[in-house]
Amino acid sequence: MISWLLVMPIAIPFATAVIAWLARMGPAGRWISLFGSVLSLVASLALLMAVLENGVVAAQMSNWDAPFGITLVADYLGVVMVVITAITGLATAIYALGEIPERMEKLGYHALFQTLIAGVTGAFLTGDLFNLYVWFEVMLISSFGLLVLGGSREQLDAGIKYVALNLVSTLVFLSGIGLLYGMTGTLNMADLRGAVAAVENQGLVTVVAMMFLVGFGVKAAVFPLFFWLPASYHTPSFAVSAVFAGLLTKVGVYAMMRMFTLVFTGDIGFTHELLIWVSLLTMFTGVVGAAAQMDFRKILSFHIISQIGYMTLGLALYTPLALMGGVFYLVHHIIVKANLFLVSGMANKLAGSTDLNRIGGLYKSSPFLAVLFVVPAFSLAGFPPLSGFWAKYLIVKASIELEMWFVAFVSLLVGLLTIYSMTKIWGMAFWKPHPDGIEPTPDRVPASVRLPMMIPIVGLAVMTVVIGFFPEPFVQFARVSAEQLLDPGAYVTAVLGEGAAAPAEPAAATDAEPVTEPASETGGQP
Amino acid sequence: MNSIIFTAGARILVALLFVFSLFMLLRGHHLPGGGFIGGLLGAVAFIVYSLACGPAEAKAALRASPEGIAMVGLGIALLAGLVSFVFGDPLFTGQWYWVGGDSYETSIFSINSVLVFDIGVYLVVLGGILSLAFAFEEET
Repeated sequence: MISWLLVMPIAIPFATAVIAWLARMGPAGRWISLFGSVLSLVASLALLMAVLENGVVAAQMSNWDAPFGITLVADYLGVVMVVITAITGLATAIYALGEIPERMEKLGYHALFQTLIAGVTGAFLTGDLFNLYVWFEVMLISSFGLLVLGGSREQLDAGIKYVALNLVSTLVFLSGIGLLYGMTGTLNMADLRGAVAAVENQGLVTVVAMMFLVGFGVKAAVFPLFFWLPASYHTPSFAVSAVFAGLLTKVGVYAMMRMFTLVFTGDIGFTHELLIWVSLLTMFTGVVGAAAQMDFRKILSFHIISQIGYMTLGLALYTPLALMGGVFYLVHHIIVKANLFLVSGMANKLAGSTDLNRIGGLYKSSPFLAVLFVVPAFSLAGFPPLSGFWAKYLIVKASIELEMWFVAFVSLLVGLLTIYSMTKIWGMAFWKPHPDGIEPTPDRVPASVRLPMMIPIVGLAVMTVVIGFFPEPFVQFARVSAEQLLDPGAYVTAVLGEGAAAPAEPAAATDAEPVTEPASETGGQP
Repeated sequence: MNSIIFTAGARILVALLFVFSLFMLLRGHHLPGGGFIGGLLGAVAFIVYSLACGPAEAKAALRASPEGIAMVGLGIALLAGLVSFVFGDPLFTGQWYWVGGDSYETSIFSINSVLVFDIGVYLVVLGGILSLAFAFEEET
């Protein structure tokens, strides 16, 4: 039964994609897509329940035993990502009802969108490294399709850059997989933990770890590999860019968190130390890049980069508190960032552009939208009591506890600079009168378009506020996720079974204890 | 490309490639091969045909849109995986029914979900590759 709970969040979007494709010529496609997204959310919530009950759940596809077959695993981190993916998917599916024109629907927008969601979900659930690569490809193909669906020159330009850099990333990633397989003879992530620690030539392991860092780093858009992101995210339709902004880079961060807590923990002094500097530079360059931009979506794109830095910083500091902050940040950021892109789409519909010089007057004419912008924008910058405050608080506190004053200083400085960009958008798009003298009131857009676009914006904003005011259950959840990441005993046991966890132990000289921990340890709930 | 030799040769080549692609598809579950490689060969057959006789002719021969073929294939593959739910096994567990025996050696032939899955993969690969190839040919 557990096995099917794990499968459903992936199978439902695929099935939806097929049916939506067959129905793409009529108006039914969009409703099928919406219905599929609702089903996915239900399925992922059911999986969440199972994980809350059991700690870590795993299943072997096709009945091939691990480590030979493909394993699907859901621990706390994996399942929360699946749920948040389903939520984002549902929000954008509703948004698409208003935004996506029929022309794009006929080209198969909904099928591509659902395939993308399936790819993202698969990447969060898989316990097999090669399978992860396959999900990356599924994501890459469908996201490329979505990126160029409008067919404009600008979109093709962005699409080429996007695909070229991502192909380089997958190539490096795939080479890393090949080398790792050559060294250890396994690609099951849980099995790799023991196998990698047992490799004699640990120097080579570190080299492979760096290849993974580069591969995932391009996906996650960390410094200095982020150039594809601001070059492409401002071109597709707004629903698409919201999904991209919310989910795609986070898959890279997730993969990093998984690999660099589960497998590559042998040389933390080198890998994680390097990651600290990468994170700091990512945070800083992202926020400075944003300050130079004048386009709504380009500013937001650069902010993705700077926020990614906080998440990888949580991983790099490698303490329970920091990882907890990283996980919390990951979840919070998906909601907030997707929402900001959705708001920018609404602003575009009302005021006619995303260029901040050419729009204005939204505060006076559409005060409700202004409020809905302020919530995620301030949350992003880290204003209490919104969700972003807690996320930043945890990271900064973790760095202060380690007495890394410079890290804490940069984190706070970047937060401050984030406010600068947000106030720029606020001043230019909302306060300043519209340069063409237009009053961008909500009724400039027909209700049939406006309502589906506003519902997800409101919904995501409410979630941000709820997380901000009642952070306790979410923080507890993040705490357990971090514990599971730092002590993957339960993960390994869930995948390989009770007996298999033991032989993995002797080689793990640096962290022999976690492997032998019994499964019940981390199964405890908050 | 206007070459009489190529056009004449393509007729035989395309037919051979097709037979070989089906052969690859069918021998897949006991010996190396299967839906993926079969789909690639099938796509090559169509590409050769479109080089010889033009993309319009090749599209007419394909009858359905390549994207549609790929999506239907995805659906078939997914259904083949979901069948194991009925038998209480994890996703994609192969379901075998041996006709006239109880294993590969003793039976005459078998009815199984693995072949259905491979047919799905075949169609996905065929459709996917062809949609790319046709798009390129339109460009030039």
